[in-house]
Amino acid sequence: MQKSDVTHQYLRHTMEFPNVWCPGCGIGIVLGAFIRAVDRLHISKDDLALVSGIGCTARIPAYVDFNTLHTTHGRPIAFATGVKLANPKLKVVVISGDGDILAIGGNHFIHACRRNIDITVVVVNNYIYGMTGGQYSPTTPMGKRASTAPYLTVEPPFDTCNLAISSGATFVARSTVYHATQLSSLIEKALVKKGFSVVEAMSNCHTQYGRLNREGTAVRMIQAFKNVAVPVSTAAKLSPEKLEGKIVIGVLHDIERPEYIEHYQKIIDRLQLPKMADKEEKE
Amino acid sequence: MAEKVTKRYKPRPDPVVIYKKWCKACGICVELCPKKVFDTDRDGYPVVARGLDCTQCSICWIHCPDFAITSKEI
Repeated sequence: MQKSDVTHQYLRHTMEFPNVWCPGCGIGIVLGAFIRAVDRLHISKDDLALVSGIGCTARIPAYVDFNTLHTTHGRPIAFATGVKLANPKLKVVVISGDGDILAIGGNHFIHACRRNIDITVVVVNNYIYGMTGGQYSPTTPMGKRASTAPYLTVEPPFDTCNLAISSGATFVARSTVYHATQLSSLIEKALVKKGFSVVEAMSNCHTQYGRLNREGTAVRMIQAFKNVAVPVSTAAKLSPEKLEGKIVIGVLHDIERPEYIEHYQKIIDRLQLPKMADKEEKE
Repeated sequence: MAEKVTKRYKPRPDPVVIYKKWCKACGICVELCPKKVFDTDRDGYPVVARGLDCTQCSICWIHCPDFAITSKEI
């Protein structure tokens, strides 16, 4: 069993603690689950690059001692693609919020899914833009209140996992902060998987979303995930009407597809080999 | 009689240690603990009240968003 202080070995102790998130925010739980997954795989701190955009969740790389990159709003996947192409040996992980990856970075997300580049994306979905003041995001459920939707939202939300599956991601999973152990093992599977893998971590924003929709304290919001979550095996037996408002957790999609870096390397090899052969002949 | 027993009794160290400097008193550990090991002090910070009930299930430190709980045994 993992030691309880394993997270402390990966934290940047030069940073000011306690961290910036509101008391009870699930992002800290996601960070803990991520660090435990990395520790179980024995990945060295130098072999992992953590990329994030802008938002509450995007504060994560500041606190962990990996190769970290804090990029512009919505572009973490674009930056991560560059990092991965420049150094394919690195394990590249994008960890960012729903507003960052699905709203402003939605284009990068679907095209990275289509390319199937070997990046792991952890989307922390808390239904709202937390840092900027509670504006509704593409994942805010219909009929909920947000600071920019005082008369309830009228837009149907994105389903992150279905979007990733239909765009061509090879590994798609979902879990909640209440199921932190499962979340950690899903992130571990996603890190091992060769290809574009997406893990959606459902989190709580009690400061903005919970306050506006009267969902109670952080503890009540986290405990609510217990009643809403349905495992994949059970969800297969349920009718779509019964699944309404539920969160299906577990591995939703796991296939094999040709990976982008390998194809790219093949082209490099094909173009470089004749030149190399010429040089050797001259020598 | 009862006094004598308490005198002989050597208190065990706390099964989990709360690093109060990093704790934000969110109350997740207090609510999620299946054995109700924690009580809150008047500022809302958790204190180990029933340490002997702890089973080292690891729920508290896995769900601590501020990495403020560590276990002595594990």
